[in-house]
Amino acid sequence: MPIVEFTRVSKSFGAPPARAVDAVTFAVRRGEFFSLLGPSGCGKTTTLRLLAGFEEPDPGGGGIRIAGEPACGKRPYERRLGMVFQSYALFPHLSVGRNVAFGLERHGRPAAEIPGRVAAALEMVRLDPAVFTARRPAELSGGQRQRVALARALVLQPEILLLDEPLGAIDLKLRKAMQLELKELNRRLGITFVYVTHDQDEALAMSDRIAVMDRGRIAQLGSPAEIYESPRTAFVASFIGESNLLGGKTERRKDGMWEMVTPTGWRLAIPERPGLSEGVALRLAIRPEWMDLGPPGAAPSGANALAGAVDDVIYQGEMIRILVALEQGGARLTIALRNEGQLGRPLAWARGDAVLVTWRPEDGQLLEEE
Amino acid sequence: MTRRAPGWVLAVAGAVYLLLHLPVLVLVLFSFNASRYSVAWTGFTLEWYRRLAERTDLLRGLRASLIVGTISTVVATVFGTLLALALARRRFPGRRALEGLLYLPVVTPEIVAGISLLSLFVLLRVPLGLATITVAHIAFSVAFVAVVVRARLEGMDGSLEEAAMILGADELTAFRTVTVPRLWPGIVAGALLAFTMSFDDYVITSLVAGPGSSTLPVVVYGMVRRNVEPTVNAISTLILLGTSLLIWLATRLTRERPVSAARG
Amino acid sequence: MRGLRRRLLGGLARRPLLAGSALLAPGAGWLAVFFAAPMLLMLAYSVMPRGRYAGVEPGFTLEHYRRFFEPLYLGILGRTVAWSALATAICLLLGYPVAWVIARSRRRRGLLLFLVVLPFWTSFLVRTFAMIFLLRDTGLVNALLLRAGLVAAPLTLLYTPFAVLAGLVYGLLPFMVLPVYASLEKLDPALLEAAESLGAHPAARFFRVVLPLSLPGVIAGSLLVFVPALGTFVTSDLLGGARQVMIGNLVQNQFTVARNWPFGSAASFVLMALVLVSVLLSLRLRERHAGEGGAR
Repeated sequence: MPIVEFTRVSKSFGAPPARAVDAVTFAVRRGEFFSLLGPSGCGKTTTLRLLAGFEEPDPGGGGIRIAGEPACGKRPYERRLGMVFQSYALFPHLSVGRNVAFGLERHGRPAAEIPGRVAAALEMVRLDPAVFTARRPAELSGGQRQRVALARALVLQPEILLLDEPLGAIDLKLRKAMQLELKELNRRLGITFVYVTHDQDEALAMSDRIAVMDRGRIAQLGSPAEIYESPRTAFVASFIGESNLLGGKTERRKDGMWEMVTPTGWRLAIPERPGLSEGVALRLAIRPEWMDLGPPGAAPSGANALAGAVDDVIYQGEMIRILVALEQGGARLTIALRNEGQLGRPLAWARGDAVLVTWRPEDGQLLEEE
Repeated sequence: MTRRAPGWVLAVAGAVYLLLHLPVLVLVLFSFNASRYSVAWTGFTLEWYRRLAERTDLLRGLRASLIVGTISTVVATVFGTLLALALARRRFPGRRALEGLLYLPVVTPEIVAGISLLSLFVLLRVPLGLATITVAHIAFSVAFVAVVVRARLEGMDGSLEEAAMILGADELTAFRTVTVPRLWPGIVAGALLAFTMSFDDYVITSLVAGPGSSTLPVVVYGMVRRNVEPTVNAISTLILLGTSLLIWLATRLTRERPVSAARG
Repeated sequence: MRGLRRRLLGGLARRPLLAGSALLAPGAGWLAVFFAAPMLLMLAYSVMPRGRYAGVEPGFTLEHYRRFFEPLYLGILGRTVAWSALATAICLLLGYPVAWVIARSRRRRGLLLFLVVLPFWTSFLVRTFAMIFLLRDTGLVNALLLRAGLVAAPLTLLYTPFAVLAGLVYGLLPFMVLPVYASLEKLDPALLEAAESLGAHPAARFFRVVLPLSLPGVIAGSLLVFVPALGTFVTSDLLGGARQVMIGNLVQNQFTVARNWPFGSAASFVLMALVLVSVLLSLRLRERHAGEGGAR
């Protein structure tokens, strides 16, 4: 049984009402690290707030269930959830110890048990209780606040932990370390994490499954690999990672593959998909790192090839991105090549070189119309 | 802005500071002057303070001021704080309009507010007295308190209450353990403003006061209109002393409260 | 108990309108009954015929507003506006340097600010008494002038326009200093350096950079001085005497002495109109200048 279930849940704000969350349906499995990923305004935070009980869904949907029980109408304090806020929301007038103890006191835990549990929670997030218990939130660094917020949520041993962009405000290096730590906590404690973020790298690195949200709807739900390797819509293809998008129409079947013709007249082989027929409008996405560059006239057999000229070379350390202007239509493609050292090809390309962009038809992803 | 201002600017500023504080200092100083009419210093005396004690009208006025000030401050602070909370944290139709209207009592000249209230009391044949004064003071303080508390709420992170609720506090507990301690300086500032305005008010009070219900400012005003004699200096000095004490107390109250105070 | 309480709270939470009005009702209700209703009542009085002894009689007339165009009352109106404007201008001239000094100070900023805010908490009445004490014929100013031999006989300072203006400036100056300080404090010093690097001399730096950026503060401060000045009663009553009547004194006089309620009501609404027009005007001005500086 899923631990969280959303069934056609909508939430509107304002007058006239605009749907921030639009008939969203998904289920979170017990113990998994589940991310809601999307740009700002896509409805991910509203979805989390619906789950937390800070917002009530619009009437008429199928509702929200937590551990099988209908959650609608239940106040946040009746839902037994943990939550880490984007701003941390540490109580500035209380010490670290009393911040962590707050939930235990509210749940009427005996006073004798509280200090020990507070200390254990602080230790769990690697803060020394002897040092930090008496400090005020204002005396902590961003990373320490983050840990206190985590300890305060975990001390209640919730079954589900909600995290609203918890790593947004700390610097890159610490963020990477915290990502690992959060994932480790998720695995060790067996608590279900529902994680909201706009950072695709973060979501890919940490999640068991990701729901990509766009304009109040879930654009795609799947494992990080599924989302990255088989994006279903142009939005997902370009929001997660980078994609070269090409539009066209199917023309005919040839050698077990369909052929697509772009408005500029290129003929491209595309992977098979059930339901394809002649004359269907399509969009194709290809990841920059799945493309290759070669000198003109040397296409590997069976590969798609487009001729163009190098427009720019962007050196990025481990990768080198090469922008190629296609001969016809003026479209630009981005090709990402691994930096293979001084003798490798990528460093040799220069602006103005005539090139052939190639990729295997299987690496092209057919997108659904949004 | 860190570079020093030119000399003439410093001179003007210095003069303005003198202008702001010298008159009151002089007033206080001469409350201890033995001469009754002259501003020449003829010796130190506490005579004028002794004479204050004989004036029962002043004592009665003080008593009236304290009663009115206390009641109106408590009521206006509670009502104003609730009003500010509703405006800051609730979405309801007409909220923006109401927020604008809240500033109307703040900008309305006291004389207009007082006269209109008097008209209402006369129309309804309400007997004038301490009750009408208190009602009037609450009316002009509520908006001020609401504006002050609202400003404090503006800078407050709304997710704190949400954090309290997700940790198991219901709405009232969250209000008591998180909102009130955070809002406390704003509430105290609002209350202080309400009390000092009430304690200082002459215009509205003189209009809605009945016979025998004069507050301290009304009594002193009458003395001043006749003649500023050294007893006025003395009572002014005492009023200054009283308000200073009050402000000192209020700053004590708004210091970051000790951790244990929020135990619920 | 806990269950019941939570059910009640949950119920309220699901009816945000009800919860909102529960918070709103006491304060808004009090203001409706004891502020809005009296104002409406007075608005009604202002267009009703005058009663024989006091009060009003049923009917409708614009006579009282028309009376305001008589030279006597136009004079009072003009004096009120002129003095308020003059007091605002003087406050600006005196207050701006103070704000500047505070904004540029570092270590003493707290003390300097405290000294400006202090009069807020000092009884307005006491401060007015202090002015009387200084300005009357036997007051300190005259005593010093006489002793210095600058005048042969005491100057009449009290009950003059000078006294009223001095009282207004003295009472309202902090309202000018604080907003101007707030906008100067937000001014990025790099802007002055940028202006200097572009060849602006000190005067140009002030008039082309500092002043325009502090306009929001100037506008706010001017409103905070001008509006209370319009409604002046105590200052003109105590320092101006019978001859320096401002519109606030006219209102009081019509109700308590002349017993002409409708005319007093009309005078009140003329005053309210002045106040509201100034507020709206300053809001418009502020909106226009809001985008120009970091200061609001």
